[in-house]
Amino acid sequence: MDKTWNNKAWFLVLPVLLLVGFSAVIPLMTVVNYSVQDTFGNNVFFWAGLSWFEQVLNSSRFHDALVRNLVFSLTILAIEIPLGIFIALNMPRKGWGVPVCLVLMALPLLIPWNVVGTIWQVFGRVDIGLLGRTLAAMGIDYNYATNPVAAWVTVVVMDVWHWTSLVVLLCYAGLVSIPDAYYQAAKIDGASRWSVFRYIQLPKMHRVLLIAVLLRFMDSFMIYTEPFVVTGGGPGSTTTFLSIDLVKMAIGQFDLGPAAAMSIIYFLIILLLSWIFYTVMTNYDARR
Amino acid sequence: MNSQTNLSGARVVHRSVSASARAPSAQNDALARKMRRRGQKARFSWLVPTLYIVFLLLPIYWLVNMSFKTNAEILGGFSLFPQNPTLRNYMVIFTDPSWYSGYINSIIYVVLNTTISVAVALPAAYAFSRYRFLGDKHLFFWLLTNRMAPPAVFALPFLQLYSSFGLIDTHIAVALAHCLFNVPLAVWILEGFMSGVPKEIDETAYVDGYSFPRFFIKIFIPLISSGIGVAAFFCFMFSWVELLIARTLTTTDARPIASVMTRTVSASGLDWGVLAAAGVLTIIPGALVIYFVRNYIAKGFALGRV
Amino acid sequence: MNFSWMAWTMPTAIFFVSIFALIAAMGVWEYLRPGGDPRIGVLRFETTRGDRLFISLLGSAFINLAWLGLVDANLWWSLALSGVYAVLVFRYV
Repeated sequence: MDKTWNNKAWFLVLPVLLLVGFSAVIPLMTVVNYSVQDTFGNNVFFWAGLSWFEQVLNSSRFHDALVRNLVFSLTILAIEIPLGIFIALNMPRKGWGVPVCLVLMALPLLIPWNVVGTIWQVFGRVDIGLLGRTLAAMGIDYNYATNPVAAWVTVVVMDVWHWTSLVVLLCYAGLVSIPDAYYQAAKIDGASRWSVFRYIQLPKMHRVLLIAVLLRFMDSFMIYTEPFVVTGGGPGSTTTFLSIDLVKMAIGQFDLGPAAAMSIIYFLIILLLSWIFYTVMTNYDARR
Repeated sequence: MNSQTNLSGARVVHRSVSASARAPSAQNDALARKMRRRGQKARFSWLVPTLYIVFLLLPIYWLVNMSFKTNAEILGGFSLFPQNPTLRNYMVIFTDPSWYSGYINSIIYVVLNTTISVAVALPAAYAFSRYRFLGDKHLFFWLLTNRMAPPAVFALPFLQLYSSFGLIDTHIAVALAHCLFNVPLAVWILEGFMSGVPKEIDETAYVDGYSFPRFFIKIFIPLISSGIGVAAFFCFMFSWVELLIARTLTTTDARPIASVMTRTVSASGLDWGVLAAAGVLTIIPGALVIYFVRNYIAKGFALGRV
Repeated sequence: MNFSWMAWTMPTAIFFVSIFALIAAMGVWEYLRPGGDPRIGVLRFETTRGDRLFISLLGSAFINLAWLGLVDANLWWSLALSGVYAVLVFRYV
C-alpha cells in the first residue's frame, strides 16, 4: 500500500512514545549511570570509570554464562524447529481435529512461566515425579538437583515442551495458506512426499520459519523463570544462563555496578540480534 | 529469490498436470495405485500430533493428579491417579486470602495492562499502517527492540523508578511495566491487520464528512475487531505468564499468584498438594482465553507477529 | 518525586546529550532533505542515513567493548577507531 507523507501522524504515535519512553528510556539511562559508578547504598555513588566493564568482560563467570546460553539456544533450536515442522506437516487440515489440536497445543504457551517450572519440577523429581520415578525404576541415574547432565536435559526438554507449539502453530499457519490445487497437481504427477515438501511446502513456510527461528533464539537467549524455578541455576552454576546470573547479581547481591555493566553488554548483544532480525525480515518482505 | 523458487516449483507442477492428463491409461493405473498407497500412509499421520499432545498433556496431567492427592499420598506412595481424591488443596486456596488474592491481583493488572496496551497501540498502529512520517521506520524498530529486551535488564531500574513515584506494590505499576513489551507487540499485530483494510474505506469516510475520531470508532474499529482480539490475546498472554518484573515490583498488596507460588516453594514446608492446585488454577484462565480465540490464533500466528 | 537514585554524572550526561543531539540532527537533516538518501552499499541491502547512523553507533559500542576486553590501552584510541569506522559506514554502507 502506498502511504501518504504526513508528519501529523506523530500525534497518533505520541501516547505510545511517551509510555514506552517512560518505561524504557529512563531505566536504560539509569543502568548506564550505574555502570560507571560504585555505591554502598543510600543513593551515594562514587565514580568508578569503566572498571566494571573491564571486570565483566574479563570475568569467566560472564563468559561461561554467555557460552552456556548460546549452547542452550542452539540446542533448543536444533530440536524445536525440525520437530515443529514435522508435527505441523502431520496435522489435520480440516474436521473436528483442527480446533482440538490448536487448543491443546497452544495450552503450554498460556501457562505462567513459573508454573511451567513447577510442572516440570513435580514431574521430574525422583521422589514424587512420574518421569523421575519411571527413570529411576529403569535404573537410569536421573536427579536434576545433583546431576548436571540431568539438569540440562530437564531444562532442554522443558523448553521443547513449552515452546515447540509456537513453531508448530507458525508452520501450520504457513501450510494452510497453500491452495489445494498444488497438492492435487503434485498427487496426479506422482510427486514423492519429499518433493512435495521441498518444492511446495517448504517455500510457503520460509517466512514463518524465519520468524520462528529468530523468535525462539531471542526468547531462549533471555530465558529466566523456567530454569530458575526448576534448578535455580544449579547444580553449581551449570544451568545459570545470562538472565539468571544478572538477576542474581542485581537483585540478589545488589551489586549495582557490575550488574549494570553486564546489563549493557547483554542489551547490546540483544540489540544487534534484533537489528539483524528486523533487517532480514523487512528485506525478505520487500523482495516478495 | 525465494518467491522465484516458489513460483517455478508451482510452474513445474502445473506443467506436469497437463502432461499427465494426456498420459495413457496404463500409466493412470499405476498412478491410482500410487495414490492408494499414499492414502494408506496418510491414515497414520494422526499418530504424530496425537503423540505430541500426549507428551504435552502428561506433565499437566501429573500436576492435576497431584492436586487431588493429600500430601501424605504424594510423598508416601506412587499412583497414576488419586487413591483418596480430596478437594482439601483447593479449599486451602479458596479460603486463604494470601492465596486467592494472588489470583485477583494477577487478573487486575493483566486486564489493566491489556486495556492500556491496546488503547494506546490503536492510534499508533493506524499511523504506521497509513502514513509515512519523519523517522517512522526507526521508531518502529525502536519499539520492537523493547519487545526483545530482556526483562532482567529492566527489573532493577524499574524497582527504583516506581519507588520514586511511590507506586511500588500497586497494580498499575505492574500494568505499566508490562507495557514495555506489550505495547510494541500490540502495535505490531494491529499494524498487520490494519494494512489489510483497503485505504479507500478511509477516504470514502472522510469524503462523507466523517471526522477522524468518529470514523475511527464507528467504522474502522469494527473492521479490525478480529485484530484487536488477537492483540488483546497476546497482551493477556505475555502479561499473565511474566514473573520477574511482576515479582520485583510487588511485595504484599498487589502480589501476583506466580510470585505467591515461588515464595511458597522457597519457604519452609513444601505443601506439594496446594502448590499443584495453585498451578492447575493458573492454567484455567489461559485455557479459557485460548478456547474463545481459537479461530483467530492461527491467523494471528500467520501474520508472524508474536 | 526524587530522582537522585538515577545517579547522574557529567560523563554519562554528556554521552546521552550527544546521542540525543545526533538524533535531533538527523531529524533536521531528514526534514530539510526528505527521503533519507537510500542506497544499496557493501552490505547488499538498502540503507538510509538513519540506518547508517545506527550501524555506526552499534558498531562503535562493540569496538569499544572489544578494546576494553582485549586490548589494555587507552580508550581514546578505540574511540578514534570508532570514528573512522563511522566515516567508512557513512561512505560505503
